[in-house]
Amino acid sequence: MVTLRELPVEELFGPGHRLCAGCGPAISMRMLTKAFRGPTVVTNATGCVEVASSIYPFNAWGVPWVHTAFENAAATASGIEAGFKALRRKGKLERNVDVIAIGGDGGTFDIGIQALSGALERGHDFVYLCYDNEAYMNTGIQRSGATPHGAATTTSPAGSKIPGKPEWKKDLIGICIAHGIDYAATASIAYWNDYVTKVRKAIEVDGPAVVHVLAPCPLGWRSEPKDTIKIAKLAVQTRFFPIYEYDKGTYRLSIKVPNPKPVEEFLKLQGRFRHLFQPEFADEIRKIQDYVDRNYERIAKLSGEP
Amino acid sequence: MEKMKVVGLSGDQIAAYAAKQCRVDVVSAYPITPQTIIVEEYSNYVANGEVDTEFICVESEHSAMSACIGASLTGARVFTATSSQGLALMHEMLYIASGLRCPIVMCVVNRALSAPINIHCDHSDMMGSRDCGWIQVFAENAQEVYDWVIQAFKIAEDREVLLPMAVNLDGFTISHALEDIRVLEDGAVDEFLPEREAVYRLDPDNPILVGPLVLPDYYFEFKVQQEEAMRKAAEKIGEVTREYYEYSSRKYAPIDPFNVEGANTALIAMGSTAGMLRTVARQLEREGKRVAVIKLWLYRPFPGDELIKLVEDMESLIVLDRTLSFGAPVGPLCSDVIAALYNAGRCDIRVANAVYGLGGRDLTPAEVEELSMKALKMAETKMVDKRMEFIGVRE
Repeated sequence: MVTLRELPVEELFGPGHRLCAGCGPAISMRMLTKAFRGPTVVTNATGCVEVASSIYPFNAWGVPWVHTAFENAAATASGIEAGFKALRRKGKLERNVDVIAIGGDGGTFDIGIQALSGALERGHDFVYLCYDNEAYMNTGIQRSGATPHGAATTTSPAGSKIPGKPEWKKDLIGICIAHGIDYAATASIAYWNDYVTKVRKAIEVDGPAVVHVLAPCPLGWRSEPKDTIKIAKLAVQTRFFPIYEYDKGTYRLSIKVPNPKPVEEFLKLQGRFRHLFQPEFADEIRKIQDYVDRNYERIAKLSGEP
Repeated sequence: MEKMKVVGLSGDQIAAYAAKQCRVDVVSAYPITPQTIIVEEYSNYVANGEVDTEFICVESEHSAMSACIGASLTGARVFTATSSQGLALMHEMLYIASGLRCPIVMCVVNRALSAPINIHCDHSDMMGSRDCGWIQVFAENAQEVYDWVIQAFKIAEDREVLLPMAVNLDGFTISHALEDIRVLEDGAVDEFLPEREAVYRLDPDNPILVGPLVLPDYYFEFKVQQEEAMRKAAEKIGEVTREYYEYSSRKYAPIDPFNVEGANTALIAMGSTAGMLRTVARQLEREGKRVAVIKLWLYRPFPGDELIKLVEDMESLIVLDRTLSFGAPVGPLCSDVIAALYNAGRCDIRVANAVYGLGGRDLTPAEVEELSMKALKMAETKMVDKRMEFIGVRE
């Protein structure tokens, strides 16, 4: 855990980006860069953060930053890491350079998962940061593999027959851990010190590490910009998004929620779940509550909690 | 002063050997027939400590090219190889490699594209990525693969060029056939090709933004700069090949002409077919029939001016395309030749197109002889009977 005083004053992300007011991913980027420990290079998959922080001839980044494509942040990072490694071995580069790959949930859970899997399996020394706003927000709110059950998006709309997305969210961290990596964690922008600490931990790991941060999107979640942090906090306090870490075989529930609020508290602030509050879909909220309880219990159990 | 020895290797093996001599920093590749031997050969070098290279065995060609781009941006010298479906899977990243001005060198072992699946040679893979902004050369044999790979790094990494370069070699015909190849001593390669000095790279002391979002206000300028680099590449190829001649005594240029003087017709082709075209041309010459053979080494940037100089006294040309551009008036190479002639105001030169060898179909000397006779007849009658025909296809 860090204190506010310990965070660097230097801003390596922004000001000058063009992300929306109340943008969770923007907050998550600023916090991410506060955890950098030294020379760092960032590669960023196509997405909201990428397009809004790099509109030529402007630049919101204080570190070398590369965007190549949507599905390959992990593969590009593999090459950057290998390039630095070769140059360092040959004496053409003196210092160690940390490599960070950033992808949204679309670029990570869906189209980028092959490249991520490959890079994790090969053991490149880099940190993969997935900022999760639970849909393709850059293209106008289409569902992704990270979109939760019941959320209305433009490709999983709430109709009279189907109440939003029928499927459940993919277990990204579970998939990553299955690769045999040393460190993976979830985080929330509402718990900044937990998040920043985890990013730093991930950077310090020798080999690949993954941090999955929940970053609400007011536009796509149909919420008030002022409520971003409140909603991110409710996601944790309702157990909707459990915050935990995996460190060399050991799970730890980072933020324990002994007396959870009902999941409605989280859902009701967001327009994307509005339809679930109609009487005919009451059962959907029960299903979500059941899923949330079971998922939290699963992680609590893994973490050795009673 | 040639410093060389002879080795017996296949086209694929020599590609890896050339990359090794170029002291490549990073190789990122995925196996695909008939390129596989390049990856295998290079992994052997790594396993035996014969090279100081980071070798990334990626999980797909898309990631192979992505990793090449990442590595190239650090200032490293980068090599890869692919073929057919692999090149097609890389397609998106080919444009990004050239757009980000990464001087990656890649051997493309030319092979047909699915469907139906076929592992044998034709040029539809590279032609499918014709406009990707890469410098593209086509080798005729393993010797040329070796020579072009070494020259490619020097051309691609030139600070006025900074473009990726593809060295094409015909699948199986070149990739798997053993040849005696004259190679330079390692020291001579080092002298000809010093370590890469990257102009722009990912340097934490001097942060730059690579691959930003560029809207209509600037995008066009980026693309025009790439086009200017292509034109610059044409100049550099002249310089580099002249310098390489001093090391190897082997003369390269954008075009390799044969029997051009006094000929009033020519066959134009790329790749391994050219050798057979010359053999037939020699036979015909003994019968008193002169047909020139013009082999293009360089395909992009297209050497239009050089070509016009070679054919300015000719009456007809037959262009051989080893690919099919569905629904197009003629194949891609023929289309470029016609455009170059038209640009030079030479619409009087008759041009026909022969599409041959798809999916590894043999082109026989008898068929080439027949084509040559057609070319001679076109020169004489100044008429084109059939603009485009398929050679060796069952009716």
